[in-house]
Amino acid sequence: MHLLNLLFRNVLRHKLRSALTIAAVAVAILAFGILRTVVGAWYVGVEASSANRLVTRNAISLIFYLPISYKEKMQTIPGVKNVSYGNWFGGIYIDEKNFFPNFAIEPKGYLELYPELVLKEEDKKAFIKDRKGFIAGKKLVERFGWNIGDTVTLKGTIFQGNWDFILRGIYRGRDKSTDETTFLFHWDYLNERVRKNMPALADHAGYFVIGIKDPSMAAEISRAVDMTFKNSLAETLTETERAFNLSFVAMTEAIVIAIELVSYVVIFIIMAVAANTMAMTARERRAEYAIFKTLGFRGIHIASMIYGESFLITMLGCAIGVAVSYPVANAFSSELGAYFPVFNISGETIFMDVVASVVVALAAGFFPTLRAVKTNIAQGLRSKT
Amino acid sequence: MSEPIVLVKNLLKSYRRGSEIIPVLEDISFAIDRGDFLALMGPSGSGKSTLLNLLAGIDYPDSGEIIVGGIDISALSETQLSMWRALNVGFIFQFYNLIPVLTAFENVELPLLLSPLSRKQRRSHVEAALEIVNLMDRLNHYPSELSGGQQQRVAIARAIVSDPSIIVADEPTGDLDRASAVDILELMSNLNREFSKTIIMVTHDPRAAKRARSIMYLDKGTLKDAPAESAF
Ligand SMILES: Nc1ncnc2c1ncn2[C@@H]1O[C@H](COP(=O)(O)OP(=O)(O)OP(=O)(O)O)[C@@H](O)[C@H]1O
Ligand SMILES: [Mg+2]
Repeated sequence: MHLLNLLFRNVLRHKLRSALTIAAVAVAILAFGILRTVVGAWYVGVEASSANRLVTRNAISLIFYLPISYKEKMQTIPGVKNVSYGNWFGGIYIDEKNFFPNFAIEPKGYLELYPELVLKEEDKKAFIKDRKGFIAGKKLVERFGWNIGDTVTLKGTIFQGNWDFILRGIYRGRDKSTDETTFLFHWDYLNERVRKNMPALADHAGYFVIGIKDPSMAAEISRAVDMTFKNSLAETLTETERAFNLSFVAMTEAIVIAIELVSYVVIFIIMAVAANTMAMTARERRAEYAIFKTLGFRGIHIASMIYGESFLITMLGCAIGVAVSYPVANAFSSELGAYFPVFNISGETIFMDVVASVVVALAAGFFPTLRAVKTNIAQGLRSKT
Repeated sequence: MSEPIVLVKNLLKSYRRGSEIIPVLEDISFAIDRGDFLALMGPSGSGKSTLLNLLAGIDYPDSGEIIVGGIDISALSETQLSMWRALNVGFIFQFYNLIPVLTAFENVELPLLLSPLSRKQRRSHVEAALEIVNLMDRLNHYPSELSGGQQQRVAIARAIVSDPSIIVADEPTGDLDRASAVDILELMSNLNREFSKTIIMVTHDPRAAKRARSIMYLDKGTLKDAPAESAF
């Protein structure tokens, strides 16, 4: 017989109580993990942003455009490697609920600036060659079951009318945080029709992406770019891609903070639940602990019995919670893929799950242990079970 | 019976309930001989259990000395006292106090887990103890699967497994029927005679006390020579 054996038997003593506590911990850890993943998914665009890229937009607002002639001037600014541009297209595929981001881009320069979009060489060539071609992320293609060569029609919102595109390539993300749900097509194709229907908007881009040689020069180059177009018809606002992406997230930051807060509240509640279980258990076993002490067992032994049980229960719950969070995250991902292009349980989240469980186990065992260790034996023996 | 194994001098013990101080043992001095089988008697609330707990080192006196086997145990730290108990004292309680999730074998093995004995050595000690209480056929039974008398025998085996020189018993037959009680008393006499254990037993039962070699009466916290009445 080993004391570890005793731990297991003690946990099995009140099967229902232990099972309910384990289940509660599992649910809490699941909720905690998923909520933290939601927070992470929210910031994924920020995470995926490269330190080597700057984004330039109209200083007044994103809804105003910039002339593409700016590209030439930008390219002459010291420290700038290459420049490309694009427009947020905002097209709808069949129904609004099928939302995914779609952009009109200048293909060659754009793909150079985004090496994290991994594309087969022949697909890349085919895309660049076909004016009506488009490329899309693997997840998006899988979601709608498109095949290379398929014609896909988007309904324009900003740019009215139906727009046909032909799938020429499917890109994969180089990094875990790379968004695989974007739809990219030729800016020229957009511009042609814009010239006919909305001539005032022709030859204008929504934003420029600037590749820089040295990330530490980002602030200087940004200032140089904005200085170049100072006092022109369309003044610019240049910032790092990270800052640019962060400005979108910032709008919803309050929600994210609320979610994060709730995730901690969940842990706090489960702490109370586990502490209650442990307190009940230790109270029932007061006489038993006194017997152990009578036989020569000391405070450290009693403490390991209570903590052992507390850890056994919470860690079992944690393991179940973590195991269940993978299929739940997958279901989440396929249901809400449009809003959360990247929804992965990260290693960090698992680590936080475990840390939270350890904290719960420690907190739950603390007062019962303190009491059991301090109770005088004679006193303990008097408390009949 | 030769030199005393227990020597108590001017023992004082009181309990505190709120602001009220309740004196339980008032200036008690006595000696117990090695190899004695002592019955400690007295009316309910007279302080028998309190005294027994002090002798066995599970409670501290307010003042006075308790010298057991040459050591003043009232001066030991809590940790020292734990180790001392594990080596020197075996405990038998009225309600057996076995651990319900452990089998008879495991309950008896419990005190040995603190010793450096190997698994095999522990097994042979446990079996020897269970042999003495004649329970070898119930090794793997849980307490709930045993009768009261059998449970008390397991408790006795647990008390003797580490071969202590003193066994303390607080009303060991208090919860048993007549036949089982006789059984247990027989077993204890045997431990006293054959294994020369010093036994200190609190009891209300005059028939139990008859088994003892000597009797001590406690009344309202002081020792009495003879029973004032026989209505314990
Ligand atoms: N922890 C305690 N706190 C306060 N008073 C106590 C405590 N333990 C015992 N007492 C009091 O001390 C006195 C002696 O108690 P003790 O248990 O030693 O008596 P006893 O002779 O063993 O009685 P019984 O035959 O009923 O077991 C009683 O009046 C009891 O109420
Ligand atoms: Mg008593």
